Amino acid sequence: MAWRVLLHGDYASDLLEGRKELEDKRARAAMPTERVHASALMLLAALQREGRFIDFVRQDVAGFPDEDIGAAARVVHAGCRRIIDQFFRFQPASDGSEGAPMTVPAGFDAQRIRLTGNVTGNPPFRGTLKHHGWIITEVKMPEISDALDPRVAAPAEVELS
Amino acid sequence: MTGVIGIDLGTTNCAVAQTDMDSASSVRTIPIPQLTSPGTIEDRGLLPSFLYLPQTGEFPDGTLAMPWDPGNAVITGEFARAHGVKAPIRLVASAKSWLSYSGADRSSQILPWGAPPDVEKVSPVEASARYLKHIGGALERANCDYSEVILTVPASFDAAARELTIEAAEVAGLKNVTLVEEPQAALYAWLEKTGDRFRKQVELGDVILVVDVGGGTTDLSLIRVTEENGDLQLTRIAVGDHILLGGDNMDLALAHNLARDRKLDSSQFASLTYACRHAKELLFADPKLKKAPISVVSRGSTLVGGTLKFELTREELTRILVDGFMPRVTITELPQAVRRTGLTQVALPYAQDPAITRHLAGFLTRQARLAEGRSFVRPTAILFNGGVFRADVLKARVIEVVNGWLTSDGGSPLKELEGADLELAVARGAAYYGWVRYGHGIRIRGGTARAYYVGVEAAMPAVPGFEPPVRAVCVAPFGMEEGTQADVPPQEFALVVGEPTVFRFFASSVRRDDRVDDVVEDAVRSDELEEVAPIETSLQGEPGQLVPVNLQAAVTEVGTLELRCLQKGGAGRWKLELNVRKDQRTDAA
Repeated sequence: MAWRVLLHGDYASDLLEGRKELEDKRARAAMPTERVHASALMLLAALQREGRFIDFVRQDVAGFPDEDIGAAARVVHAGCRRIIDQFFRFQPASDGSEGAPMTVPAGFDAQRIRLTGNVTGNPPFRGTLKHHGWIITEVKMPEISDALDPRVAAPAEVELS
Repeated sequence: MTGVIGIDLGTTNCAVAQTDMDSASSVRTIPIPQLTSPGTIEDRGLLPSFLYLPQTGEFPDGTLAMPWDPGNAVITGEFARAHGVKAPIRLVASAKSWLSYSGADRSSQILPWGAPPDVEKVSPVEASARYLKHIGGALERANCDYSEVILTVPASFDAAARELTIEAAEVAGLKNVTLVEEPQAALYAWLEKTGDRFRKQVELGDVILVVDVGGGTTDLSLIRVTEENGDLQLTRIAVGDHILLGGDNMDLALAHNLARDRKLDSSQFASLTYACRHAKELLFADPKLKKAPISVVSRGSTLVGGTLKFELTREELTRILVDGFMPRVTITELPQAVRRTGLTQVALPYAQDPAITRHLAGFLTRQARLAEGRSFVRPTAILFNGGVFRADVLKARVIEVVNGWLTSDGGSPLKELEGADLELAVARGAAYYGWVRYGHGIRIRGGTARAYYVGVEAAMPAVPGFEPPVRAVCVAPFGMEEGTQADVPPQEFALVVGEPTVFRFFASSVRRDDRVDDVVEDAVRSDELEEVAPIETSLQGEPGQLVPVNLQAAVTEVGTLELRCLQKGGAGRWKLELNVRKDQRTDAA
């Protein structure tokens, strides 16, 4: 074992890398969960700030008429859209138009295409595009300061008179 | 060689662009990182010109830190604007308008205007310096290599406002700063975009009207296409007055109309204004839409059921914006000034007439000296700038109104010069101008857009209660180029050594033919002259001694006006400073 490390530099660095990964993992495990998932919490906070997202989904809307839900949804839609457009760029996973026939070739990318319905036989498959999917082509998340408590999705607001 | 930076220091938004020295096509805008919430920094194309001055402990420690200033304790940009709506007493807005307002003491701590005494205030210069410092940080962050900065000012800025803008740049630590007028920068952006094809779009004798309607101000300029040695040249021949009227007024007008008698708190009203801007853009973008729904949510966490519903109809949009701000008027209809009675509070001199077309008519007729015997100057081409003109309807209305004036006067209709990005053009054009200054491309000439005068009190016996008329002696004629100095007028003054000497100082944007030593009688009552900040100096030497001097004006390479006293028959030279402090101190509270 020691010889292999001495003779093969690559193997040595592989080992070191493995160790580093392990250390990273341990460091993350030692971190409180909110620190590990800080960027997800930040996204929630941003959706709440601009689009009142948490208020909307946390409210029980069963008893309200569509008109009231629709009026609120307008604010949620406009604000969340601003954030989503600011942080991400999207493109469809498939170029085809929804409802049109489509051929799925052999060796298709199973990350980007999911087969449904009568899944039998071998590719190429003939089917209909039901949903074109979404790929996030660019991520531009804000820089978050360590001084910020990521658990606070929205601070309480107290107005002084 | 390193690059040049162009900064658009706007009333409501700032932008920054860079150009390299080796190519004209290298102009690019630079993103500005800014707080969008405490501890959250995002890149944005524009830096909203808002400054929020937090109380100690108002935000968690360290959450206002910027990458270039870990100890930062104030907020500039997006979060300042957003939070300032909820706590307006600590928000500084429109600092640039205060910079050009001679009614207030511009170098002392007066902003936020009317804030309670425990708010630590800043001067309009410091606030502007904050925005520039922020932009300097963004440049550092983007690793921009530059040796010069071109800073834009409204064409309507007088000598004092330009001087203060340079002072703000110095406070911000920017080096090698030169000023350029915003409408000129917009035309430079058009030149950059059009390239050599510009010769096909304009011809000798064309007069280009630049209409720049920003968030808070309307700035007008006329630029003539001339010729020198067979080459086309551009010469800026006139600039308009400072008009505090812009796109923000439009959104506010829509919101006020919708809010009418419904009870909204300040933050709901701000949301309504914001929503109106979106609804407006929606309606302008799709002419088939009849109306756009608007919702404003309550402040509390209960969203559904507590939402206020509004609707902006196309009829209202047309009536309030198009007919309200751009009414069809004749060339003889001038802006209506509401006469103020009794005591008025010191506040920014917002335009009293919201009709941009009337201000335009006023500008073109006021510059009648350029009109060659007609009642107004006839533009032949028009260039629009400012986010307001994303709405084609508004462009079309301005063109329709001006064409009406032209055709009824026997002229031909305007051609529109297709501008660059309406919000970033000024910053881009400024960066491009940096490249032009090195002898590339085409340079807009014109020099100073005002003639400047020193006030001399007429010698007459004192009469109680009667102020003797002030005669204005021209010291700097219209159109002085950068880096030149005016003739020395023979008028002589005797200065007392060791005592401060103060001169009243006047400017005119219409008296284009006055030469050095020409006199305007009764300057204070002349409607062609405007009083600028007084100028003063204090001579060092043996106190009490009388020194005969002449006054001479020069325009610096930077683009500011400099006045000096030259000792008669001696070697003494003293610089006169513009005093932007108001004589009568006004209380900020």
